[in-house]
Amino acid sequence: MSVITDPPQEGFRISQLLYDTRYRSMTIQIVALIGFLLAIGWLINNTLVNLAALGKPLGFGFLWEPAGYDINQRLIEYNSQMTNARAALVGVLNTLLVAVLGCITATILGVLIGVLRLSKNWLVSRLMTVYIEGFRNVPVLLWILMAMAIFIEVFPQPRDFRGEDPAATMKIFESVAITNRGVYLPGPIFNAGSGIVIAAFIASLAAIFFFGKWAKARQEQTGQILPTFWIKLAILIVPSLLIFFIMGKPIDLEIPAIKGFNFAGGIYMRNSLIALWLALSLYTAAFIAETVRSGIMAVSKGQSEAAAALGLRPGRIMNLVILPQALRVIIPPMISQYLNLTKNSSLAIAVGYMDITGTLGGITLNQTGREMECLIILMGIYLVISLTISTIMNWYNERVKLQER
Amino acid sequence: MKKSTFIGTVAAATLAAGFAAAGTLDEVKAKGFLQCGVTTGLVGFAAADANGNWDGFDVAVCRAVAAAVLGDPQAVKFTPTTGKTRFTALASGEIDLLARNTTWTFSRDVDLKFTFVGVNYYDGQGFMVPKALGVSSAKDLDTATVCIQTGTTTELNLADFFRSNNISYEPVPIETNAEAQAQYLAGACDVYTTDASGLAATRATFENPGDHVVLPEIISKEPLGPLVRHGDDQWADIARWTLNALITAEELGITSANIKEAAMSAGDNPEINRLLGTEGNLGEMLGLSADWAKNAIAAGGNYGEIFERNIGEKTAIGISRGLNAQWTNGGLLYSPPFR
Amino acid sequence: MSKLSYVRTEMLPEQAPPVAQAGIVKWLRENLFSSIPNSILTLASLAFLYVILSHVLPWMFQSSWTANSLSECRSMIAAAYGEGTHGACWAVIRERFLQLVFGFYPAELYWRPIVAFILMLVALAPVLFDKLPRKMLWFSAIFPFLCFWLLWGGSIWVPIVALAGFVLGGVAYALIGAKFGNLPATIAAFLVPVLWWLLLANPVSNGLHSIIPLGLEAVESAKFGGFMLSVLIGITGIVMSLPIGVLLALGRQSDLLIVKAICVGFIEFIRGVPLITLLFVASVLLNYFLPPGTTFDIILRVIIMVTLFASAYMAEVIRGGLAALPKGQYEGADSLGLDFWQSTRLIIMPQALKISIPSIVSTFIGLFKDTVLVSIIGLLDPIGLTTNIRADAAWNGIIWELYGFIALVFFIFCFSMSRYSMYLERKLQTSH
Repeated sequence: MSVITDPPQEGFRISQLLYDTRYRSMTIQIVALIGFLLAIGWLINNTLVNLAALGKPLGFGFLWEPAGYDINQRLIEYNSQMTNARAALVGVLNTLLVAVLGCITATILGVLIGVLRLSKNWLVSRLMTVYIEGFRNVPVLLWILMAMAIFIEVFPQPRDFRGEDPAATMKIFESVAITNRGVYLPGPIFNAGSGIVIAAFIASLAAIFFFGKWAKARQEQTGQILPTFWIKLAILIVPSLLIFFIMGKPIDLEIPAIKGFNFAGGIYMRNSLIALWLALSLYTAAFIAETVRSGIMAVSKGQSEAAAALGLRPGRIMNLVILPQALRVIIPPMISQYLNLTKNSSLAIAVGYMDITGTLGGITLNQTGREMECLIILMGIYLVISLTISTIMNWYNERVKLQER
Repeated sequence: MKKSTFIGTVAAATLAAGFAAAGTLDEVKAKGFLQCGVTTGLVGFAAADANGNWDGFDVAVCRAVAAAVLGDPQAVKFTPTTGKTRFTALASGEIDLLARNTTWTFSRDVDLKFTFVGVNYYDGQGFMVPKALGVSSAKDLDTATVCIQTGTTTELNLADFFRSNNISYEPVPIETNAEAQAQYLAGACDVYTTDASGLAATRATFENPGDHVVLPEIISKEPLGPLVRHGDDQWADIARWTLNALITAEELGITSANIKEAAMSAGDNPEINRLLGTEGNLGEMLGLSADWAKNAIAAGGNYGEIFERNIGEKTAIGISRGLNAQWTNGGLLYSPPFR
Repeated sequence: MSKLSYVRTEMLPEQAPPVAQAGIVKWLRENLFSSIPNSILTLASLAFLYVILSHVLPWMFQSSWTANSLSECRSMIAAAYGEGTHGACWAVIRERFLQLVFGFYPAELYWRPIVAFILMLVALAPVLFDKLPRKMLWFSAIFPFLCFWLLWGGSIWVPIVALAGFVLGGVAYALIGAKFGNLPATIAAFLVPVLWWLLLANPVSNGLHSIIPLGLEAVESAKFGGFMLSVLIGITGIVMSLPIGVLLALGRQSDLLIVKAICVGFIEFIRGVPLITLLFVASVLLNYFLPPGTTFDIILRVIIMVTLFASAYMAEVIRGGLAALPKGQYEGADSLGLDFWQSTRLIIMPQALKISIPSIVSTFIGLFKDTVLVSIIGLLDPIGLTTNIRADAAWNGIIWELYGFIALVFFIFCFSMSRYSMYLERKLQTSH
């Protein structure tokens, strides 16, 4: 028979906080927290004391005062009488614009170059290696400056397009003007009735989506493969074109024409936007290409051999077997490349592209002298953008992962 | 183990320089040199040569103050500042004096808490266009692309001007003068706008300066002057009266050539005597030696000499005195009396 | 009969393979023209190469190395190669080479950065190549102080006194550890040097300097520039970020919720904002965070922010290294009865760091490239110097030569480092 005795009851001793592993981690954490809070408090206190000494108490009122300066590229309505906050918003949109454009082209270029680098063609794969190493090993700021310099030095001024015998002419059926201030493209003008054409176009997009789903389901059931690409193309073009002509061509193209000192009409892409876009995508594409290459290499050779043994053609092997598997390896590093591109877009300031760093962190900061407030908001905005991108991409990553069986 | 580079360096580089420091004078005297904020480089106003020696119109003010305080015009260290960093550099005590063509405005004086000690150059924002453009007035600039150097009052003036004249334009903001110049010369913008003095300085470096004209319109008042932190009146007085001494010296005909002689003994003109310390105790009132003004003037000559040497008509920049002539010659320079 | 033979007795002479199956033709066929699309690709690439090279090569070689200004250079090229030739004015590189390398560092003191650079290579050698004697690591530990002293000059006692802080910390750890145990010793090892630096370091170094005034001519950081500045910021950033990165990585892995939250918050914050905003903080805000009356010069402020930036990335790299260690290593260390710090110091970190070296090198490459951003806040790194050179009337309007030269130097640095990290990666792979 055994007697169960309680362990001797001991009172809690202070030294247990340090020597008892049950409490020690708690102690350390509380000490760390207190230390951390003290450090933060110290910094904030210094800041407040310093700001008070300068007579510049922290305040965000300047955001609602008129900005007073103009911004050349604005996606929403803006003029110099609107507030600093509005100017910042214009800047945010410009940042997002160049980031989105950059991510899209960088992905396309990167995948293309990554695949080409694995090509059996000696010359092509060498060229791609040179491209990748060249772009990766030189600072992106230098690429941005060089892209801008190419634009400014190489292309003609708008002035050269004028006169009887102009030094420069417009390209592509006299519709596109490439100048050293940017590229002027023809822009659409929506007349009465154009709404229907657009609606038809959107409807065809939806139709393509559902057709794709249906074709896939059919393929899985019957094994028959439809020439989906051509059918989709037909759905995309034919109805919209038909309606376009039935409605009597309601959408016009506005061709840019020289007027005053510059071209007017159409869509104007400034050289700062194009230089930034080009440099960021070329630079990031080099990194993405490496990611894609290592992703494809990570798929074992047996996979493509097995696919070939099943009788799949090389294009289908790539599409159906290799890429879906490689994607899982490719996507996480790709996310960080997108993040890098977005953050690098802040170098816009070097070429005068009015992104958020140029408006809020540039002119507004200079004119109001509110460094603290401007930089806090600036960093906050970048943080939100970064966190949003990584959340979306991680979510997508999870989805791709779930398909693993 | 290696993180101590940081701490060692910090220990070495920690300088005492207060935010709301009273007694900048004592600090400058203690460390033995004046820390002066200037531009990152504008020919004629402040530019470093290949050996890192600074020279120019704004630099001369720094040297004069150093000479007045320490007796040595070379006892200056220069901090190149950008439009963004200049005010923080001054406010945080990194520099003692900011002499960087900075416009005296209400909000900078009152809201940003600085003290402008005077005006050493009366400027205004102008436009430069290529002659080939055939433009004779800024009002003809409808639809033009305008290059602006950011970080100044320029953007605001420009927006106001075009808005009030109801003209459309395309602003291209650019960080540095060199870059703006490159874009302007390549024709990426039709017009370059900044302070008229800056335009003249920029034009002077062109291969063919004659191909470019500065338009007659001056769209803003830009009184440029040195400034110090708010709240240290003694230091502000020293900077203010050093500048005034340079201006008065020109008015009274004291030059670097004749100053030695004039300062030897009291002469006939009581104001010269007071200025050069041979009579009265003005230096003592400022907390400086009696020959402070003599040192300041001897450093680079009087205002007129500094102007002619750095940016005057005989230099490549070729600015005429205009508004910056003495009041006796129809200009705006008018120093309060030394009494 | 004996003459009869059914099998050939002597071999036929070896025949050359068909033209299409040998030598250069075969190689061409297999590698460049194996199929129609491939041939098209090859031809397109050749055309592309021709277009690029036919523009770039003449420009590069029909150049002038001797002119003293841009206009002189243009006329020299026109005289030598005919009117209308666009040639490079490499003369600007010749004239400004020293400036691009050293910035405005006094010419008669150039030996100091050069010696520092050579010593840096010596100090890095034992870290990068593990065949060298381990004793050399002691030199690597002293090197930062030496480098600081060589570059900035001033009294030799400042770095010695700063170094003494670490020695004191070590002594305190040993003494108190022997008497009172591990935890008080750790605290003492942390507190003693901090107190030393804060309270005693300044008077002691001043005192020593007044007794034995030994030192180099001081050089202010405003004179630092060019590639020297890039290398300085890059190397200091990466070296100082290593210990912080290790701590952050450990914090992020730890079970202590609050510590973990602080570390994750810090890492994600730094990685979420662009470096340029942190540099803005360095240039306009950092002084506000410090007690009234303290100022650092701008290069120090930049180094501080770059270090914080790099340590967040470093933490992620080291976390990768920690995650790659087999669990058995942790369990093995536990089973030996080592406590957390002992196992980290003796078992985990040496292996994790070794695995991470290739990634650390690529972080360094990224950081080194990013150092050019300091030109945006007005420091005179190579790109900042281009503005300066172009502001000179003699070289007004020169662009490509400067950008090309800077790009080439960065390429050489970064490319060789990335080759080194690939070599390491291969070496680590085979050792498994």
